[in-house]
Amino acid sequence: MRTVILLAVALIGVPAILLGYVKLSEPLSGRNAKRASAVRPWLWLLPTFILVAVFLIYPVIMTIVMSLRSADSSSFVGLANYVAVFTSGSNLVALRNNLLWLVFFTLGTLLFGLLIAVLSDRVRYESVVKSLIFIPMAISFVAAGIIWKFMFEFQPAGETQVGTVNAILTSLVPGFQPKAWLFNTSTNNAALIAVGIWMWTGFAMVILSAAIKSIPVDVIEAAKIDGASELQVFFRITFPLVGPTLGFVATTLMINVLKVFDIVYVMTNGNLGTDVIANRMYKEMFNYNDTGVASAIAVFLLVCIVPVMIVNIKRFRQGGANG
Amino acid sequence: MARNRVSARLGPARILLHLALLVACLVWLLPTLGLLVSSFRPRSQIALSGWWTAFQTPFSFTLKNYQNVLTRANMGRSFLNSLIIAFPATVIPISIASFAAYAFAWMRFKGKEIIFGIVIGLLVVPIQMTVIPVLRLFNVVGLTGTFAGIWLAHTAYGLPFAIYLLRNFIQELPSSMLESAFMDGASHPTVFLRLVLPTSIPAIASLAIYQFMWVWNDLFVALIYLGGTPDVSPMTLTMANMVNSYGGGWEYLTAAAFISMVFPLLVFFTMQKYYVRGILAGSVKE
Repeated sequence: MRTVILLAVALIGVPAILLGYVKLSEPLSGRNAKRASAVRPWLWLLPTFILVAVFLIYPVIMTIVMSLRSADSSSFVGLANYVAVFTSGSNLVALRNNLLWLVFFTLGTLLFGLLIAVLSDRVRYESVVKSLIFIPMAISFVAAGIIWKFMFEFQPAGETQVGTVNAILTSLVPGFQPKAWLFNTSTNNAALIAVGIWMWTGFAMVILSAAIKSIPVDVIEAAKIDGASELQVFFRITFPLVGPTLGFVATTLMINVLKVFDIVYVMTNGNLGTDVIANRMYKEMFNYNDTGVASAIAVFLLVCIVPVMIVNIKRFRQGGANG
Repeated sequence: MARNRVSARLGPARILLHLALLVACLVWLLPTLGLLVSSFRPRSQIALSGWWTAFQTPFSFTLKNYQNVLTRANMGRSFLNSLIIAFPATVIPISIASFAAYAFAWMRFKGKEIIFGIVIGLLVVPIQMTVIPVLRLFNVVGLTGTFAGIWLAHTAYGLPFAIYLLRNFIQELPSSMLESAFMDGASHPTVFLRLVLPTSIPAIASLAIYQFMWVWNDLFVALIYLGGTPDVSPMTLTMANMVNSYGGGWEYLTAAAFISMVFPLLVFFTMQKYYVRGILAGSVKE
């Protein structure tokens, strides 16, 4: 019962108050029309200012300050926390893994997204294919993590394989030994990255597909009449024309992959050499109570993201995303 | 749709094309299908045989996993919590952003462009940059582990993008429409509530779906601010904890994961157009 009331209040009461705010705040701007129009904008922006100041601006400044202070913030330590980020063994492993993610996740997602966009453009059941590929974008990383943990299940050789991946490989490839994909240090990072690709291919596909469809038909027809082969059309026309969009998708994927957290947290919790920096930060903060190093990792994340983000917003504003 | 369809003849190239697409569809569908089928299989079967054998006679399907996970593993409570968290965390930021966006688009004041630039600039801030100080603040004022706390956090994190998107939309509204309303003596609140909000419904719908899905699927923010409190945990958090504590308890995990997916899948299939549009617009933020 308490839940129902809470939900009702939140759903009806809160927006009513918020939208009523613009009416209720009117008397505050005063009777004088000139004064009112000078005061009103600030009243309408006040909730935004407060929230943004408390949850974004103040914390960013504090995090930068804390990154220069000791584990419990009691003393100034200069750049020692940053040195720790780039020298401690577990952080270096995480940095290496983020680099692996950055390269293979981005390339893999772009490749599959482009491939499926190009291929499905040629068949009648295109919308069915695209819906199917896009579904993983709708579910949580946690659910996807569980789905794929189940896919990667492992039983010792000779026993019935319950995990789909091992079952398919042992029955199709003669002499294949079932693998513990998530535990084996030579496969676990690849397995995690594959899950990321599975989730994000739909995103790349939708944007690239829109770009491909915006190429004028006559251009392609003309090339074909001149005797260009399918491959020539792809590499000489389609690929150069979707280039800017490809760039936009790539930068978006890169920003995402720098922050990758959920998949690793759910599937391996960063064990056996699979940690990434966002998970390192969480561990430094909650497992080791070291706000200094945790903050330094966060600042490092910000520094990596800002340049990519600026490129991205510029591209977006030029309409590169068809968004 | 498929305008590049080459000759309709079924040559080897066409067969290869269909085959490639079929494989892609299988790879993207099978994992989810396996989860769904397994969630209806009895515990003893899941561990002993692959989910694909479930279609051989004798069939043995059960609803017991769902029953167990909803009653014993706290998933029923968590489902409600996800709703309680996600709806306000969608409605509040969009309400606040809508009148802020209106102010940025149609009111005149000093420093407007600079302030708007700062708000948009905050899009680059990863949530990781904010959690430690905000958590400390929450601990001081007692918002840790409360719905109010996570509503506020999601509201603030969602604001810059919501303002960015809505201002772009509201600014594009024909100025003649608004000016004639002002000529008739309408005030800013009236124009905003009666004219601008209703005409912005398409943008608001995309934004709302995007924000709702974001919050519904979020693990990190919930983990930080609600981490130690099972009573208020959303489904993502409860599932993440289940993975750690149950290990291979697939009968629980598969059912739980599917319960968490029902809502997003429903939204996806009924409002695909808005959803895809929201995701595309949102990509600039991620």
